[in-house]
Amino acid sequence: MLENIKESTKYVASPELMNSVNIAMALQKPLLIKGEPGTGKTMLAEAIAESMNMELIIWNIKSTTKAQDGLYVYDAVQRLYDSQFGGEGVDDIKKYIKLGKLGEAFSRKEQVVLLIDEIDKADLEFPNDLLWELDKMEFYIPETRETVKAEKRPVVIITSNAEKELPDAFLRRCIFHFIEFPNAEKMYEIVHVHYPDIEQNLLDQAMAAFYMIRSIPDIQKKPSTSELLDWLQAMVLGGIKPERIEKDFPFIGTLLKKNQDIDAFKQSRRRGLHF
Amino acid sequence: MFIDFFFLLRERGLKVSLNEWMALTDALNRGLGQSSLTAFYYLCRAILIKTEADYDKFDLAFAEFFNGIKTPEEIPDEVWEWLDKELKEPSEAFEQALSRIQKYDFDELQKMLEERLKEQHSEHNGGGYWIGTGGTSPFGHGGYNPAGIRIGGESRHRSAVQVAGERNFRDFREDNTLDIRNFQMAFRKLRQFSSRNDGPKTELDIDATIKETSDNAGMLNLVFDRPRKNTVKVLLLFDSAGSMSIYSRLCSQLFQAAYQSNHFKDLQVFYFHNCFYQELFTDPSCRRSSSIDTNWILRNLSSEYKVIIVGDGTMAPSELLRTGGASYRVSYNPEPGIVWLKRVKDHFTHTVWLNPIKKGNWDYVYGSQTLSLIRQIYPMYELTLEGLDGAIKKLLVNR
Repeated sequence: MLENIKESTKYVASPELMNSVNIAMALQKPLLIKGEPGTGKTMLAEAIAESMNMELIIWNIKSTTKAQDGLYVYDAVQRLYDSQFGGEGVDDIKKYIKLGKLGEAFSRKEQVVLLIDEIDKADLEFPNDLLWELDKMEFYIPETRETVKAEKRPVVIITSNAEKELPDAFLRRCIFHFIEFPNAEKMYEIVHVHYPDIEQNLLDQAMAAFYMIRSIPDIQKKPSTSELLDWLQAMVLGGIKPERIEKDFPFIGTLLKKNQDIDAFKQSRRRGLHF
Repeated sequence: MFIDFFFLLRERGLKVSLNEWMALTDALNRGLGQSSLTAFYYLCRAILIKTEADYDKFDLAFAEFFNGIKTPEEIPDEVWEWLDKELKEPSEAFEQALSRIQKYDFDELQKMLEERLKEQHSEHNGGGYWIGTGGTSPFGHGGYNPAGIRIGGESRHRSAVQVAGERNFRDFREDNTLDIRNFQMAFRKLRQFSSRNDGPKTELDIDATIKETSDNAGMLNLVFDRPRKNTVKVLLLFDSAGSMSIYSRLCSQLFQAAYQSNHFKDLQVFYFHNCFYQELFTDPSCRRSSSIDTNWILRNLSSEYKVIIVGDGTMAPSELLRTGGASYRVSYNPEPGIVWLKRVKDHFTHTVWLNPIKKGNWDYVYGSQTLSLIRQIYPMYELTLEGLDGAIKKLLVNR
């Protein structure tokens, strides 16, 4: 049972999130985390691993990732080369089997934290292909007639940006948690964890500006926690005086990444939006 | 245990499966409920609910089922400490405190609150009568009264029913109207891959080729497979009559989403004014110069086109039922509109009608007579994310 996340990890978790983490660990089911970009979905796994002193194995999912990649890859071509040019140990198929991230997590002696990051990036069928493996925490390698089975079931954290809907069969096997965007109070806490001695005046001004920008309806990509932290750091390093924030919004590019968003922001400034 | 709650959730449209219910029972047996209703609420939500879009439905169902249940967590820790001590030495302070706190039922409370609001003219914190913070008055916040009304502020002793009652996730409900991205996501589901069973094998299967070749000791062995392509063709028909103008934003979002969804094999868009007749239009203004013979469209678009009609379906009955009943903008129609509606429906195998009017109002809205006639011909869905999802599912399965 994880009581709270260690302070050294610089991660501020809500009690509800901690609750979900504990439920997932007790039931030994994968924890599926959804939420706006920048609410710290990926950082959660790092924080859990550090707090529990476990190794973290990250499997980054891309649009081309296949379920098989996570289990193992059989390098038939290398074996062919070796057999043609007289390499040693060609008989040993095991030499040409490379475990993927999932396979790695299953084969560790100690319990590990496995992060499957942005599972929605992959093909629609991807989560379905992993049902058995995540349920049983084992898979079979036909080439070597071996079964890779986890001795200690890894803590599995899965993140999704909701680009695709995940199949029901997959969802049924997960514990689900939606990370809400932090309110101002929580945000102060988060900022203080990262920059303990930031000037209060600067922070107040920046926070007001930040939530004002988020409230502009025309902005498509709303700035998130990580962008706020970058912005604050930029202003601290640049020695910006708090008064300047309201006047000319320095380093706005760290908050707004799209040209249209910067235009929309300027427009609403012209219309006289204040904070 | 709580099996009625399970059925209530399903009744409220939450797809809770028996598996998940068993997992919940398992979790409760392990003591994860921590014998408190709030912990139980989060436990249920984490295990049973798999999308934030359903959080609101869950909150409502939870509040409905557990409303009125008093839980120990509504009593602050201090009181529990007093209670623990009580066996040895009954605390005078506690008894006094308890006798001061009167219990009221809710109606009584509301009446009293109104009266108190009339009486009170200034801020008041602490104490047991006035509205304010702290104290044991039944009104205000930050204080303690087991049956009071909280006015603003953060409750220090939040109960699960209150958390659920706050409905923080209302915005995520899928029956809200939506933006273009949501539409696009829905349109993405509208795809049908050509099956791997038919068609020529023209695509090189690289992985299989490499494996076969290696197994074949390096002699090249090419493996081919059938390509998979989206075969969906879409015909969009928009009503651009005056009554639709209040929904123009919604409709243009739908249009853009469809237009930007580049996975359709073909997308055709036409416009009509209230109802189809012998002519459709390539331009929303429905001018004669942009008219196209409806029969020509039926001849040239094969029946496999999936048809999405967007319109409110409300008009004067004559526009639907009479020859020559078409509005002045359109030329004289020798056949009534309803004949054309049926003709289009019969030509295509998959058709749906999206209506921007809220479903609950379909029977009462002005023009409900024509609307219900059209509903007899076309499967009609509300133009919301949920409605569009339903419509797209309808388009994917055969009639």
